[in-house]
Amino acid sequence: MSTPITAHSVAEPSSRSKLIASFLVVTYAVITILPLLWIFLTGFKTPPDSIAYPPKVLFEPSVEGYVNLFTTRSRQTPEFLATLPPPQTWYERLVRSRNMVIGGPSKVVPRFVNSMVIGFGSTFLAVCFGTIAAYAFSRFRVPLADDLLFFILSTRMMPPIAVAIPIYLMFRHLGLTDTKLGMILLYTAVNVSLAVWLLKGFMDEIPREYEEAAMVDGYTRLQAFFKVVLPQATTGIAATAIFCLIFAWNEYAFAVLLTSGDAQTMPPFIPFIIGEGGQDWPAVAAATTIFFIPILCFTILLRRHLLRGITFGAVRK
Amino acid sequence: MAEVALLDVGKSYGAVEAVRGLSLSVAHGEFVVLLGPTGAGKTTTLRLIAGLERPDQGHVVIQGRDVTREVPAERDVAFVFQQYSLYPHLTVYDNLAFPLRSPARRVDEKTIRRRVQQISELLHIEHKLGNRATALSGGEMQRVAIGRALVREPSVYLMDEPLSSLDAKLRAELRLELKRIQRELGTTILYVTHDQIEAMTMADRIGVMSEGALIQLGTPREIYERPNSAYVAGRLGTPVINLIPARLLGGPVPPQVETVGLRTEHIRISTADGPGPRAQVHWVEHLGDQNHVHLKLATHSLVTLADPVQPLKAGDQVSLEFESPLYFDQAGRRISADGLRGHA
Repeated sequence: MSTPITAHSVAEPSSRSKLIASFLVVTYAVITILPLLWIFLTGFKTPPDSIAYPPKVLFEPSVEGYVNLFTTRSRQTPEFLATLPPPQTWYERLVRSRNMVIGGPSKVVPRFVNSMVIGFGSTFLAVCFGTIAAYAFSRFRVPLADDLLFFILSTRMMPPIAVAIPIYLMFRHLGLTDTKLGMILLYTAVNVSLAVWLLKGFMDEIPREYEEAAMVDGYTRLQAFFKVVLPQATTGIAATAIFCLIFAWNEYAFAVLLTSGDAQTMPPFIPFIIGEGGQDWPAVAAATTIFFIPILCFTILLRRHLLRGITFGAVRK
Repeated sequence: MAEVALLDVGKSYGAVEAVRGLSLSVAHGEFVVLLGPTGAGKTTTLRLIAGLERPDQGHVVIQGRDVTREVPAERDVAFVFQQYSLYPHLTVYDNLAFPLRSPARRVDEKTIRRRVQQISELLHIEHKLGNRATALSGGEMQRVAIGRALVREPSVYLMDEPLSSLDAKLRAELRLELKRIQRELGTTILYVTHDQIEAMTMADRIGVMSEGALIQLGTPREIYERPNSAYVAGRLGTPVINLIPARLLGGPVPPQVETVGLRTEHIRISTADGPGPRAQVHWVEHLGDQNHVHLKLATHSLVTLADPVQPLKAGDQVSLEFESPLYFDQAGRRISADGLRGHA
């Protein structure tokens, strides 16, 4: 009996270890996706189904959660309802069947817009400042560069909420409480340190020769920066932008403290939904689902860059 | 008229003097090679001319204009880097067109296309114009890098070891091509290398640098045959020149000679008894077309070339004869055979 000789590369994992790896990846994926899936499904349950025990895996889908999310309603007596003209739209009918009438649109749309403006605005600013600062730290002899970088990083050495009181006082003094501008500035300030550090690593990886060649070829440093450095830093910029957006998008503590109306973002708004008319979990789940979509789209859009960027430039092009 | 002139230029990085008191002028259409080991200040010299570094002292003059305070874009020079010279996010065509598209120049697209076409034919890369810069072989990349300098017509081309990252065969090929292009276009080139073959074959004049200073400047023949110091003599020739204390050799030498420099062509080996000093063959390296013979002369080792047909083997006793060797004094300066110091 002879053993068949197979050409076996050392670097190539065996089919068995590949199988184990795929099993682990699939298990991990299921564990992480399951809660998201549950939230997504809960959004399409009726309120009784959402709190049923044992939990219902199979149920009759309903858009009641979404209707409740986008409207404010008031409960009325059947006598009063009978005096009203018949409902005109499908969602009015749905609400009427619960002995309620629609008062008007809820605050979810303006809150969502606030989240978009504040999230993307602060991400844009943090990445802009971060890119410029990282370029400077990477290329120029900045006095006390190491100390400055440490100082920048030190702003991340405690939870941001630890400075809540001074920031609250500052904001009140400057009239920034409950303004979008205030929240954009705050999130930008928190994210800039992350952006500078992440992007400096990427900038260091871009050889200076590229800009120098461009400068000798008749470009100014600024033109060389835009024409040559930025296109090569896209990986880093994309990765940094995602990290910044995720922070700004999900931030809860400052949002609760500093916003209450005009500038309120989704994270402090979502818990309020429960309070309106009992435990309306489908509406909360619907809000969470909608809240999740922008980040998902943004990440998918930048995924091509992110996959390379997440290794922090460890792989040379 | 000098195309480029450096006047007593100095540049330090902290405590390190990268270039000191350097004066050099390159004439129009001349190919000057700066030769020296790593850290000799060759690259810094190029960067000073390009404006990528500001000199601490002295002046940089390009075409009669003092450009010491000007930024790189204003200087009208082209720079070929050792590596990383192509923009990976652009195609070969766009890489070649990049210098022409600079806002400082404003060349119309039609002229750019014609120019890029011309240069790509000159460098035999016209079939690669649509490729991404990263999808090229090393030789093609360096051709494009050189091409990117050639699309412009600057007053001087500065080349920083453009061939050093290539393999030997490509290097030899591009060396010839570069020299051909330089002759055809009559361009002025200042070229930095630590490869003596590149220096010998391409240069009109060679400048030998050491520790930031220009030690000797002259035609390849001058530098090879009449080096002004033992250091310069050691930069050229393979095998490396043998530096032997004069007292070991005996025979008549000019006064004050401390060291005798023996290149392979200065040494004749004979197996018969001769009047010269005797040495022992230590070992013989067979390279095919020639043999490297390692000799022991008292405590000193010598390396020279021998004809492969000459039957030498380790342990043989041979007698040496010397023909017009180079003489150096205690400080390493060359003394000519008639005893005059510094007469190069």
